[in-house]
Amino acid sequence: MAQNEIDPTFLALPYQRLAQVALGRARDFGVSHADFRFERNRYQHFSVRDGALEGAQDAEDLGFAVRVILDGAWGFASGVALTESEAVTVAETAVTVAQVAAKMTSRPVVLAPEPVHEDVTWVSSYDVDPLAVPLAEKTGLFAGWTRDLLGAEGVDHATASLQQVHENKYYADLGGSSITQQRIRLEPHIEVHGADQKTGAFDSMRTIAPPVGRGWEYLTGDLFDFGTERAQLPELLREKLAAPSVHAGIYDLVIHPSNLWLTIHESIGHATELDRALGYEANYAGTSFATYDNLGTLAYGSPVMHVTGDRTTEHGLATVGFDDEGVEAQSWDIIRDGVLVGYQLDRQMAHTYGAQLNEGRSNGCAYADSPGHIPIQRMANVSLQPAADGPDTDGLISQVERGIYVVGDKSWSIDMQRYNFQFTAQRFFRIEDGQLKGQLRDVAYQATTTDFWGSMEAVGGPQTYQLGGAFNCGKAQPGQVAAVSHGSPSALFRDIRILNATEEGTA
Amino acid sequence: MALQVGGGHPQRLVEHALESSTSEQCIAIVEDTTSANLRWANNTLTTNGVMHAIDVTVIAFQGDGNASVSGTAASLEQVTALVASADRAATVADAAEDRAELVTGDAARNWDDPPGETSIEVFEDFAAQLGEAFAQADAESRILYGFVFHEVTTTYLGSSTGLLLRHVQPTGHYGCTAKNADLTNSAWVGGATRDFSDVDGARMASDLATRLSWGERRVDLPAGRYDTILPPSAVSDLMIDAYWSAGARNADDGQTIFSRPGGGTRIGEEMVNPGVRLYSDATYAGLECAPFVVAGGSSDRSSVYDNGFPLGATDWIRDGRLTSLIQTRHTAGPMGQPTTPAVDNVVLDIAGASGTEVDLVAGMEDGLLLTCMWYIREVDPQTMLLTGLTRDGVYRIEGGEITGAVNNFRYNESPIDLLNRYTHASKTVPSFSREWGDDFFSRTATPALRIPDFNMSSVSQAL
Repeated sequence: MAQNEIDPTFLALPYQRLAQVALGRARDFGVSHADFRFERNRYQHFSVRDGALEGAQDAEDLGFAVRVILDGAWGFASGVALTESEAVTVAETAVTVAQVAAKMTSRPVVLAPEPVHEDVTWVSSYDVDPLAVPLAEKTGLFAGWTRDLLGAEGVDHATASLQQVHENKYYADLGGSSITQQRIRLEPHIEVHGADQKTGAFDSMRTIAPPVGRGWEYLTGDLFDFGTERAQLPELLREKLAAPSVHAGIYDLVIHPSNLWLTIHESIGHATELDRALGYEANYAGTSFATYDNLGTLAYGSPVMHVTGDRTTEHGLATVGFDDEGVEAQSWDIIRDGVLVGYQLDRQMAHTYGAQLNEGRSNGCAYADSPGHIPIQRMANVSLQPAADGPDTDGLISQVERGIYVVGDKSWSIDMQRYNFQFTAQRFFRIEDGQLKGQLRDVAYQATTTDFWGSMEAVGGPQTYQLGGAFNCGKAQPGQVAAVSHGSPSALFRDIRILNATEEGTA
Repeated sequence: MALQVGGGHPQRLVEHALESSTSEQCIAIVEDTTSANLRWANNTLTTNGVMHAIDVTVIAFQGDGNASVSGTAASLEQVTALVASADRAATVADAAEDRAELVTGDAARNWDDPPGETSIEVFEDFAAQLGEAFAQADAESRILYGFVFHEVTTTYLGSSTGLLLRHVQPTGHYGCTAKNADLTNSAWVGGATRDFSDVDGARMASDLATRLSWGERRVDLPAGRYDTILPPSAVSDLMIDAYWSAGARNADDGQTIFSRPGGGTRIGEEMVNPGVRLYSDATYAGLECAPFVVAGGSSDRSSVYDNGFPLGATDWIRDGRLTSLIQTRHTAGPMGQPTTPAVDNVVLDIAGASGTEVDLVAGMEDGLLLTCMWYIREVDPQTMLLTGLTRDGVYRIEGGEITGAVNNFRYNESPIDLLNRYTHASKTVPSFSREWGDDFFSRTATPALRIPDFNMSSVSQAL
């Protein structure tokens, strides 16, 4: 993997000077903390359909923000003009906002300490910056894929798209930290659509290729087998259209990481965000059943359950060198032997709760999705660990007499305290006497978080472990999106409630 | 204290882009946005912010292709760079399947007007009321969590055809959740506003206290089908999902509930109860939105060639019949339909409906009243089956009165099916979707609907 350097066009921007001016102006007001964050985020998205370009867009978000603590209250402001006078104005606005906020702030804000990281640089791992590849080369590859898929039997339409992100951030604070970073990520999407001529039923089948913190090499190399995946999609779609509808009831499930990552995200990732457990998201994303008084005692799942949080996994979507409060990336345990032992933190929460959780320090989960938004606690890569000598996926399936094998994510929903969830998938295969017996239609699995994880009888070995993830995790008001990865092995669950989605929709 | 940038004349950035472009044709869109927000939890302010953004999109047209390049641009030099980038990309762009003549027209009379703006002061009255609400909530052992947001976006759209259009869009909303001290009882109120002059923090706090009092008696009910009143907020949630699924191309491709088996769309078919009208209208009082298309990129439901195309009122469903789907000029032609692009509001009217949700409650013998919905996702596009949760107050109704609060449920239902099954509806009022109103779609007007057999699929333990 080539060691890339920060994009020189970012280095040429005047962020150091603006930081100096803004932080200096904030200091004039006697703030107890001030930080400056300058970001340039570049995006390119295109979509193709049936061999032709549908649309392409380049976008860039450039600007900076100043965040202060004055008299125990936050003040935040942002701007887009890259001038020293604007840096002064934004710093003064942040101070004014803190003064307004102080009247309504009943508990003073204090941050956990973090060592000073002066003049440090971090760049994510990738080979080829996707934004440096000519657009026509990329749309040509994807359009060709959809043209080929359209030619397959049973495929009425084929669509594909690619989102590419190149993120640069500079962070500096009055404590003396100054950090420059660069991250690259990609999210490909390939889907075929078809209909059963006899019944008129229609359906789709999508690739299970995950979004990744990699460059263009992901689409052209052998990091994911797109060729085999594309070759299989039409047959998988035909089989699904002809498949029998599931009988609602209780089944054992073997869940592939391409589906289980999302269940981990919703029922563990969000539930162990300490800001949710403390009620900060009660009016929006929701709270958590896993409240702080349960630390060290809550039986989250079966003893085979070991879940970690990290911002360090290579190619992970939440991986950074430092978070948006200047905290160095770390990894830690969240659930060990099935018991809740950790949370995701930022510096404000670490001041109050960090002593017990992380030796008084934040574990580095602050993130803002753009220069115009305030950093909040966002999700680390939260991953279910495999069993060191666990079985492969076939080995798990062989332990099931009557069950369903679940592959690829589709719809998802969970309640505001992270108890009750319902998920569907790209592909559900019937398991009978330890063997796969073709696809099923209309399947949804529904459970309560601790029941579900408590029913996890076995996790697969390291050979089944994969990173899944998403670009579109939403949280906070105003809303912010974040990208995050979740590693998972295949895993076996006993006695899970299966619904028939068609019956659910019939009054 | 709005931050003035670029001399406060964003339209100069559009004019500069049009003058600088070397492509055959060019469209430039500048969006100048100021916003302010306050957020609170546990009876104290948590975060806040004031933001100013200027986003510039340059779409360069060359031959059969085009290129769309957007970026933050506060100076003429930054716009020059965006234009150069778009011009360069347009020369090597793939042919665009949606290519068409650009929309023509003249300069709007208000083109030279400055952008609208907002600031943290928009919350001055509300903030004082909120401070009092915190004190009262502390004294009475209630906990408040919430958010207020106000934004003004001024869009300047210019085309090399001579068309110059300007639109000022205020967007605002408030929402507050209240819980009792042991977190076993939860209530919510929220709404949309254009300027906060109609938002009363004291009223918000007292409504929450009333709703928490409804929940003091707790009743556990199992999963099942219940006679259920969906208030305007919950109906707004569901109608937004229905509207978002109403793309003509996806319907024509056989991907949605609006697809006709065997091919084509269901336009013309009676799909729901004949009393139903679902429509958008850029001039709807209180929900006014952009009267022309603004499209930064082409997709299955938008075309950059349609930028500036006039938007008025479109019936999506009229007298229960599907009348239109979201069309670009490119998709409309081959389908033999008028061009009906998306409009940034949606309204549901039920013929003959009168009264309010309070009247629906008074007329119900035994059933449930929801507050709002949450985490709504599509399970099956063919039936538009959605799953989601009830949130922050499911109230038991007995003999026309609220007698307590019930546990939350996960439901599985299709909005289109509900428009066939409702038995009662209230008058249409401005509403605010809990799920989508914050960040995506805040301009709705909907009635309350009573559904005799709403499918509560399982119990949620969430409080």
